Amino acid sequence: MADAPQTDPRPRVELRGISKHFGEGERRVDALAGIDLTVRAGEMIGLRGPSGSGKSTLLNVVGCVSEPSAGWMRLDGDVVYDARWLRHDLRRLRLMKIGFIFQTHNLLPFLNATENVAEAMELAGMSSRQARTRADGLLDYLEVGHRRHAYPGEMSGGEAQRVAIARALANGPRIILADEPTAPLDSARAHVVLDLLGRIARDHEAAVLVVTHDESIFQRFDRLISLRDGRLVATEEIGRAAGLAAEASLPTP
Amino acid sequence: MNLALRDVRRNKLRFVLTALGVGMLLGTVIAMTGIYEGALTDALALPRAEGAALWVVQPRTFGPFAEPSRIPRDTRDLVRRMPGVAAAGAVTFQTVQTAVGGKPVRMFLEGYEPSRPGGPPDLAAGHGLTESHYQIVVDASSGLGLGERVPLGPYRDPYTVVGLTHGMVSSSGDPMAWVNLLDAQALQFAVPPPLQRRELAAKRNPPTTADINAVLVRLEPGASAGAVEQDIARWKHLAAVPEAQEEGYLTLFVIQKMQQQLGMFMGILITVSAVIIALIIYTLTMDKLRSIATLKFIGAPDRTIVGLIVQQALTLGVAGYAIGLALVMLVKDRFPRRVQLEPRDLIVVFAIVIVVCLAGSVLGVRAAVKVDPAEALASG
Ligand SMILES: Nc1ncnc2c1ncn2[C@@H]1O[C@H](COP(=O)(O)OP(=O)(O)OP(=O)(O)O)[C@@H](O)[C@H]1O
Ligand SMILES: [Mg+2]
Repeated sequence: MADAPQTDPRPRVELRGISKHFGEGERRVDALAGIDLTVRAGEMIGLRGPSGSGKSTLLNVVGCVSEPSAGWMRLDGDVVYDARWLRHDLRRLRLMKIGFIFQTHNLLPFLNATENVAEAMELAGMSSRQARTRADGLLDYLEVGHRRHAYPGEMSGGEAQRVAIARALANGPRIILADEPTAPLDSARAHVVLDLLGRIARDHEAAVLVVTHDESIFQRFDRLISLRDGRLVATEEIGRAAGLAAEASLPTP
Repeated sequence: MNLALRDVRRNKLRFVLTALGVGMLLGTVIAMTGIYEGALTDALALPRAEGAALWVVQPRTFGPFAEPSRIPRDTRDLVRRMPGVAAAGAVTFQTVQTAVGGKPVRMFLEGYEPSRPGGPPDLAAGHGLTESHYQIVVDASSGLGLGERVPLGPYRDPYTVVGLTHGMVSSSGDPMAWVNLLDAQALQFAVPPPLQRRELAAKRNPPTTADINAVLVRLEPGASAGAVEQDIARWKHLAAVPEAQEEGYLTLFVIQKMQQQLGMFMGILITVSAVIIALIIYTLTMDKLRSIATLKFIGAPDRTIVGLIVQQALTLGVAGYAIGLALVMLVKDRFPRRVQLEPRDLIVVFAIVIVVCLAGSVLGVRAAVKVDPAEALASG
């Protein structure tokens, strides 16, 4: 976990002309319309916009959960989409390279904290014992080590959220996607989580994309990107890494 | 521990209750195989206990248990004198129903000649017939005890219980009873005096009490059963059935009847179990759809998800089977018929349970495989 240079130029996420629509004809909804975006290693980006502007859709596309309708996408150096999926093992890609943090924690209710984190590592092929040791290490890193035997139903929202973050980090992801991770938390907790994500971006050289409505945390991002009707309408350079190159282009609305 | 077992551990109560339900169904299926095997054993207990090599019966009948076989009493002396025959005993068989102390009792009664082939096997209590009349040996399953008086026949003559056997019932499950041949013949063939007088007046054959149903033959060591059989067949009014064939007639009859009765029940029960297991697995899966979507979302392959469901189905099936077997073991000695668990039947039922569980998981697996990982994102 060496300190990564903050100006690491390696792009982790590159989107060119990514579009996504649902339905056809009168019912057609253009959730994303020609998104160009680059997120570099160590960068933490905020994604804002009114409800229905396409923020979750964008995360799903980057997370390879939802197939774009058009465009080109490169993740961690591999072109994974060019008018069609170029890889067949998208789940494996998600498992190894992408960490997800949901609004609600989405932990498996029948596994305790350690098991929830270790499960992701075991899925990636790690032995059960090694996975548990590493999982406990991650829980300690996120300061929830004392709750390792607790089940999700027995944890506070903040504890569950940190266990979920530990799970997202399980396989050393290159890209971390978080959809309103601070929504269930109070403002103090929200800042703790944001600090944590910022630290992870630097420590793990990961690209972190965070969807948020919470104005009080806007200042914590390297860049704040605004979406409206599926388009990028503004990019603000802020906070801790204003010097970082910003590559989001601004299409005319 | 894998995912399936961890889920079971986390939802213990619910799992135990479900397994209990499945266990009761499977227990009934297991009990039915036990009843089937028990009935076969029961059907064979009587002919085996007689220890005869040949059964002499009326020709073209399937022996005294299957249909009426009537032959003259002197057949016994005739057969006894044949070369190779060590001993011969005349026997009769009939079903009797009476009431003892107000309680109805139905028994399968054998009349035999003490000291000749036939009669009860080893006694569990009391002694054999010591007098030529009005003594009876009964099976303990009749509920009768030593010294009790059993009224039999048109005049309700009281027969005293002098001996008890254990586990001897007829092929239809009635307890066995034994009386002296003369008593049995009177019970079976005697007609009341008014009818006797009327028959004599009409110059018809006087009714006889000298008939019997079969003669049991024991052979001398080294004698050929086939030769004696042929000797007997030379009398056109007699036929000899080897013991093995007599058993064959009995089991054929029992097997047919039981297969019809139990086969249908077992078919229904297994179908019901299959439907219930499928439904339970399906609901268990539906309850976990969000977890399954999350697993897919973070990158679990379908193999992991199918494994989770199938392993739970199998755990449920195996636990239900174990509970069912335990329940049958607990109650089988209190069951009114013999329940005999055969390893072969238990293995077959177990294999059926496994197949049913696998088939039952199909619905759940299909639902799980169809789940869109994006559903993990839906808030709630
Ligand atoms: N599966 C779907 N089928 C049809 N339309 C969809 C689907 N998912 C999203 N949409 C539509 O796409 C648009 C963008 O949705 P999205 O969920 O990305 O918005 P969002 O910015 O995340 O909103 P919110 O802030 O409310 O979460 C909306 O108009 C939505 O109705
Ligand atoms: Mg959203």
